[in-house]
Parts: sequence; structure tokens; C-alpha cells
Amino acid sequence: MSSATASTDTRSYHLAEEPHLHEGHSTMLGFWMYLMSDCLIFAILFATYAVLGGNYAGGPGPKDLFDLPLVAVNTAMLLFSSITYGFAMLAMEKNRVGATQGWLFVTLLFGAAFLSIELYEFAHLIHEGAGPQRSAFLSAFFTLVGTHGLHVTFGSIWLVTLMVQVARKGLIAANKRRLMCLSMFWHFLDVIWIGVFTFVYLMGVLR
Amino acid sequence: MSDAVHSYGHGHGHDDEHHDEGAHGTMGSYMIGFGLSVILTAIPFWLVMGNVLDNPRLTGFVIMAFAAVQVVVHMIYFLHMNTRVEGGWSFMAMMLTIVLVVITLSGSMWVMYHLNANMMPHAEMDMGPTQEMRTMQNMSEMP
Repeated sequence: MSSATASTDTRSYHLAEEPHLHEGHSTMLGFWMYLMSDCLIFAILFATYAVLGGNYAGGPGPKDLFDLPLVAVNTAMLLFSSITYGFAMLAMEKNRVGATQGWLFVTLLFGAAFLSIELYEFAHLIHEGAGPQRSAFLSAFFTLVGTHGLHVTFGSIWLVTLMVQVARKGLIAANKRRLMCLSMFWHFLDVIWIGVFTFVYLMGVLR
Repeated sequence: MSDAVHSYGHGHGHDDEHHDEGAHGTMGSYMIGFGLSVILTAIPFWLVMGNVLDNPRLTGFVIMAFAAVQVVVHMIYFLHMNTRVEGGWSFMAMMLTIVLVVITLSGSMWVMYHLNANMMPHAEMDMGPTQEMRTMQNMSEMP
């Protein structure tokens, strides 16, 4: 074996030309994998809520606590932010920096409105003595909805970061890729919210 | 550049207008998705807030169905999910996730429902002696 190849034994352990992977070619798939693992986190929190959601410990239940009109407004805020982010992506594809930044800013405003309403709701519940320590139901509720709110918070921080990046560097390939990742993240959070308002709020009031 | 990308192939095959990064939406697809989402959100809220069906169990099933449809709508029109993105790997990952989510949710609810049904935690209260008394009794019976 070795004698046969001895004459031309220039065995190389790295290729003369590295496989040409252009930067970020697998970013979208990798980010999708992250989103799927995040989905599992939410699945576990939903399962926890499903198990503990009926344990009121003699305290207030969903019917006493949830304010559906407020939740409807909140849902609308997140849905509007989803479509405005879509408009930002369409503007980005046409390389229109101003329009992209404008729609991103509108998205940020809707996201901030969503977070403000949610914080108001949480503050109201805690003020009424229905904080996370009141019952297993409320612990599970605050964990699930709070985790979603935390995701929206970090998404908003990310959004501001990207607006600064776009303002400084323009719509370069890297920034476009980042904006597409945030797009997936943002729409994914809206998908999770569908589960929250249906399973937690609407089903809770029905119960 | 484009050749290099294609020769290294991530399963896209023929993909002329965008050489990477999956599919994009158009104004039309975003508006369709938004319109559907508004309808699919408004109807469940209307059903619950207006107490339209007058049957909580039926209403529950209906709004769960609406939620499932809306998740699919978001996946298609906002997340641009289809079986071809990234050579099908995104779709495979999503399917695996859905399987895991279904097992986690249905399994947890199934197990905990039966646990509650079989353990009957409230029966303990009717048994007379309190927990401390029984503990002491058990201890006194110990050799």
C-alpha cells in the first residue's frame, strides 16, 4: 500500500483550495434550529401551565383576573408589529435604507406598546395581590407570559442594535442577513403569542 | 461566485433570483397573511367575549382549531416556511419540533390528569387524623 504510493506520496491533509463557503451561508438554517429549540422551551412552559393552570390555592382564577379587551389590544399590537416588520423586509429587498429604517422604527413602537401593556397588566395583577407567589396557576402564568415578554424585550434591543448598524453601514449583506434573522425571531414570537392568547387567556376565561 | 455557491450545493438547485437565504414574501403575500391573521384572531375573541356558542367546551375546541390554523398561516406567509427552504432541512427540523411538542404537551397533560385522578389529593382531608398525627402514628409503629 505505502510502496505503491511512495513515488507520489504527496498526501495532503488539507485541500489546496479550501471549500469555498461564503460567509453566513448556513446562518438561516442555524437560526431556525435555535428557534425550534426555543419552541421546545415554550412547549415545556405551556405544559407546565396546562398542568398547574387549575391550581388556584383558593386565590383568584383567570375569570377574576384576565381583562380580555386589554389582551385583544395587546394581540393587535404584536400583529401590527409583525406586518410592519414584513414591510421593512420588503423595503430592505429593494435596498431602500430610509424606508427600511422607518418600518423598523414603527415595528419598535408597536413592540414597545406591547411590552408597556403587558407590564401594566403584570403590575395591576401584582398590585391586586395576584403576583406569581400567590398560587401555582399564577406562577405558571407569570413564567409563561413573562418568558414571552422577555423574548420581545430582547428582540426590541436587537432591533435597536440593527437600526444603529444599518444607519452606520447601510444595507450590506451582513446587515441584511441579521435583519432576516430578526424577522424570523419576531414572527416566531407572534406565533408563540397565538398560543398564549388562545390557551392562557381565552381558554382561561372559558374555564 | 455564484458557481462556487452552487457547486458547494446546499440543496437549492435552481434558484436564480436569490442564491441563498431562503424565500421572501411579497407585498401581496404579507397582506394575505395579515388579513387572515386578523380574521383568525378576531373570531376567537368574539366567540369568547360575546359568549356566542354558549358551550365552553365547544368554544374551546373551536378556538384551538383557529389557533392551529393561524399558526400555519404565520408559518407560510410570515416565516416563508415550505418544504424547499434550505433544501428541506428547515422543514425537517420543524416537523421534529412539532413531534416533540405534541409528545411533551399531550404526555404531560395525560400523565398529570391520571395522577390527579388516581391520587385524589382531596381524599386525604376526609380521613380524620391530620398529617402530623399519622406521621407520629407511623413512627410509633416503627420497630
